[in-house]
Amino acid sequence: MDVMSQLQRQWLEHSAFLRKEGYLDDQFEQLQKLQDESSPDFVIEVVSIFFDDSEKLLSNMARALEQKVVDFKQVDAHVHQFKGSSASIGAMRVKNVCIEFRNYCEAQNLEECLRCTRKLQFEYSVLKNQLEYLFRLEQQIRAAGG
Amino acid sequence: MSSNINTENWMKDIGVLDHLSGVGEGSTSAATKNITALVVDDDSVNQMIHSKILENLGIQNQVVRNGKEAVDLHSSGNNFDLILMDMDMPVMNGIEATRKLRAMGVRSIIAGVSTCTRDELEQKEFMAAGLDDFQEKPLTTPKLVSILQKVNKKC
Repeated sequence: MDVMSQLQRQWLEHSAFLRKEGYLDDQFEQLQKLQDESSPDFVIEVVSIFFDDSEKLLSNMARALEQKVVDFKQVDAHVHQFKGSSASIGAMRVKNVCIEFRNYCEAQNLEECLRCTRKLQFEYSVLKNQLEYLFRLEQQIRAAGG
Repeated sequence: MSSNINTENWMKDIGVLDHLSGVGEGSTSAATKNITALVVDDDSVNQMIHSKILENLGIQNQVVRNGKEAVDLHSSGNNFDLILMDMDMPVMNGIEATRKLRAMGVRSIIAGVSTCTRDELEQKEFMAAGLDDFQEKPLTTPKLVSILQKVNKKC
């Protein structure tokens, strides 16, 4: 198998894996469909914005939960935003943690909120690594003439 | 690489191509030509996605970050065929912005775009503020096409 076919196969396998394991859902495919010759880096660009925003939100959440008197409405607002943007790029696992998290914000359960923050951080980090790997493969495919 | 299904093939499959023929790769169709849209959303990810969906369908569009910016744009004489209005935004939310725009006499198609909210009451309030349509986020090309069919009927 030549390099190109090998890379393409790896890309397909990794994409399928991400879908199967629930890291990504149909919405990610919708983004891929939007990409075209006039904007060949559309998906990477959107996801980069998502990464930047996510990191800010996670940091804001952590800070809000560290306060002496926790403003759960504020925490919820950050989680709500994170839920929205993760749904928009098809980040299903991250989105689902956000949904769980919001319930604990409503219940004003600090312990569980802290646990959710850790879970969210974890899921986000895993997703980021997975997507960065996918994008690296895409770059290699393009470099090889794809 | 990936099966880069372009918009044209995709829309052919769902039978919408008749309305929006010749779409894709920068060409504008007779149906979508000259349709203008305004994206009102505070989230950068959504701004980029919604703008791209519109762009791919040949629709000129502008993006603002909240309801107040949308209202100000209209106050200074701008008008759009279609407004995609997010619900939760700082400064002025979608409900208030929709009310204000309708009060100003804005007759554009306003489509509320929001996350599946637990608060049904809020959704009802949003519709009552003067929406022509409501779509759950995340927005996709099929959802926008269904909104556009309303615009076409109106024009």
